[in-house]
Amino acid sequence: MADLTTDFLGIKSPNPFWLASAPPTDKEYNVRRAFEAGWGGVVWKTLGAEGPPVVNVNGPRYGVIYGADRRVLGINNIELITDRPLEVNLEEMARVKADYPDRAMIASIMVPCEEQAWKDILPRVQETNADGIELNFGCPHGMAERGMGSAVGQVPEYIEMVVRWCKKYYDRPVIVKLTPNITDIRKPAQAAKNGGADAVSLINTINSITSVNLDAMSPEPMIDGKGTHGGYCGPAVKPIAMNMVAEIARDPATRGLPISGIGGVSTWRDAAEFMALGCGNVQVCTAVMTYGFKIVSEMKSGLSQWMDEKGYTSTADFVGRAVPNVTDWQYLNLNYVAKAKIDQDKCISCGRCYAACEDTSHQAIAMSEDRTFSVIDAECVACNLCVDVCPVADCITMEAMTPGTIDPRTGKEVQKDYANWTTHPNNPGAVAAE
Amino acid sequence: MTSPTAPGIAAGRLSADALAEAFADLHAPLDPHEVLVAADRCYFCHDAPCVTACPTDIDIPLFIRQISTGTPEAAARTIFDANILGGMCARVCPTEDLCEGACVRELAEGKPVEIGRLQRHATDTLMAQQGHPFTRAPETGKRVAVVGAGPAGLSCAHRLAMLGHDVTLYDARPKPGGLNEYGIAAYKSTDDFAAREAAWLMQIGGITLETGRALGADLSLDTLATDFDAVFLGVGLGGVNALGAEGDDSDSVTDAVSFIADLRQATDLTQLPVGRHVVVIGGGMTAVDAAVQSKLLGAEAVTIAYRRDRDRMGASRYEQDLAASHGVRIMFNVQPHAIHDGEIALEYTADDGTGLKGTGEIIRIPADQVFRAIGQTLTTDGGLMIEDRKIKVTGAGRTTRMGVWAGGDCAQGGDDLTVTAVAQGRDAAMDIHSALVRDA
Repeated sequence: MADLTTDFLGIKSPNPFWLASAPPTDKEYNVRRAFEAGWGGVVWKTLGAEGPPVVNVNGPRYGVIYGADRRVLGINNIELITDRPLEVNLEEMARVKADYPDRAMIASIMVPCEEQAWKDILPRVQETNADGIELNFGCPHGMAERGMGSAVGQVPEYIEMVVRWCKKYYDRPVIVKLTPNITDIRKPAQAAKNGGADAVSLINTINSITSVNLDAMSPEPMIDGKGTHGGYCGPAVKPIAMNMVAEIARDPATRGLPISGIGGVSTWRDAAEFMALGCGNVQVCTAVMTYGFKIVSEMKSGLSQWMDEKGYTSTADFVGRAVPNVTDWQYLNLNYVAKAKIDQDKCISCGRCYAACEDTSHQAIAMSEDRTFSVIDAECVACNLCVDVCPVADCITMEAMTPGTIDPRTGKEVQKDYANWTTHPNNPGAVAAE
Repeated sequence: MTSPTAPGIAAGRLSADALAEAFADLHAPLDPHEVLVAADRCYFCHDAPCVTACPTDIDIPLFIRQISTGTPEAAARTIFDANILGGMCARVCPTEDLCEGACVRELAEGKPVEIGRLQRHATDTLMAQQGHPFTRAPETGKRVAVVGAGPAGLSCAHRLAMLGHDVTLYDARPKPGGLNEYGIAAYKSTDDFAAREAAWLMQIGGITLETGRALGADLSLDTLATDFDAVFLGVGLGGVNALGAEGDDSDSVTDAVSFIADLRQATDLTQLPVGRHVVVIGGGMTAVDAAVQSKLLGAEAVTIAYRRDRDRMGASRYEQDLAASHGVRIMFNVQPHAIHDGEIALEYTADDGTGLKGTGEIIRIPADQVFRAIGQTLTTDGGLMIEDRKIKVTGAGRTTRMGVWAGGDCAQGGDDLTVTAVAQGRDAAMDIHSALVRDA
């Protein structure tokens, strides 16, 4: 069994699987159950300022996108930060941390963009013995209308300013949770780093309308005939989240800044992918809201088995391993030539590859009278669409052509050497190869 | 109640409750969630093999996609456009040999998309709604006689009526439906479905049904040809082949189709007699339907005796397994030799390449009741030219007589299946329409 112990900003946890700040971490009862189930850490549901807590709607607060068999692919929510009094949360946090000293416990905070507000709450959080804080600059609904959450996260100057306050009044790690509802994710990450943040966590949820009720003509979830945009999360957002993580991981301005990965992590494999892109750990929400806390058992056993198979003895061995291979399009090797190949023994003759290629791509698949489908190398541009739509795993593969052979599509010899767009003759801005 | 082991042929071997359970729907309808899961398994194949395999060319991937997006009514229209008896076909088609047998998931996993049950979901949904989904074209003033209200005749009549022609639909029996009503195992057509479907179909309007009118008895083809602009014959096969064995004419020997018809028309199954030991001679779907239903009625031992080996059996492997699962014994390579009181002597057969012959070896098994199910023959031909023991047709059911079309079991071509008859009736209707419009 590989050692899953993780050190993130000096915060030790028995595994890299934390629960994100969200409904599952709203109170002592849930968090104790999570720790008993084996979660490595929690980010407690976002705390607000002292005083009367926020209120939530009294109708549906979640919307959903289903895949086959009502599999939950995405959920959106219009829930606000904790609607329980600050003191209650702080007392519970202190009790839980005392009982589970080996687990990570982070306090998520969202208070107004005024120095005094942060100066007031931080010492009280400190008293709970939480391992650090996470600044909720990401929540895109409700709180953003009041100048908090993503309204802060969308203004890098605000991020930097608030982080400075936090570093001034709090001496444990400060994590900044970023909103994806922004054009260039590198800018808020740079601001967080400039302000002195110890890490960023991302992504928070994405502005979304999951569905429209076509009878009531209202977005869902619907509250008395009206709806509002909510924050989208779950497996559907994972590709968006991973790109944003990678952008920060490879940006020279933020390279090396620790990242906590969030966004559709549902299995050990999702976690491994986020970590390969530079995340020191991951945070999970939708998957436990779908299946309960027990899924962490699969995540631990799966990650451990994979690490053993790969010979990784600690999570640090593979964190960021894929980052050097994330590059710009202009640096992709244009001399690499592949062709689709259909394994006739595996083919079930559904013809989806043919329909996709014939109707929407390059007419590079031939269909015979007896429904044998084969690739026309002279037309195939190796786009991969046939692989993507084929219902049979490994039936269609992309095979690299051997340098020195002739690509029947172009009539040109496949070159051994790497060459990219920056030096391509068709590029008006090409620079001569050295 | 009679004991299940009462000797001879007796009614009431099982209680009414046991019979009701035994004759329940063979394939219960899918529940709403099962429908979505089943529909999601369809790959929406290009030029789908299932469509090619369907004699009526139903656009199966399209109707399944329509189901999966919550519009089973649209799916049903897709089905009925091609096959107005899509409801019955969903119940009785040997899908394992047709659409589901061709499904790429059958090849991939041995578990095809449940096309038949999905089709039933769609057609049941639309048929449960008020009204009829098709409307008639303006009346053409042309009159067509459709003789035989079985699958071929109903299909032909509906299409002609929809195209604006005036149809008189004749049938020799008291009810329309043909084998849907009088043949086919009861557990495949529960809740009087055949009658309900025929009534639903005729809501199109323009069809006058005249029952108790048989070709050759009350109707002559010459008169019909004179009185109508066109005639379609879908009269089926009236006769049952003889066994050609000693004792074939004894009281214990009856036609499987008659037994099934009696069963289908019975209002109280406890009153329907069945033998303690039943032997069914034959190897087709009718043999299986008779055998399984005998068992369900409470026969103690039921045997299907087929003269060739399993591979040659007309009943699909699915049907064979269905029989076996009900406790029916299937004997291969045996033919009837002699039928005596309470016993049948079967002779083993072998084919040495010169044809099937008896080996001389005899096996005797108890038989209170013997059913003939070795195929049916054409008895009503209207004087038309016959080829291969069926009415000779070319193209879309054109007989050798001008203005007379034929389809279904009585005509040449295709397997003797409900779905084939529906296709032939529909195609003949289109051909009749072309001819009538051309002549107009």
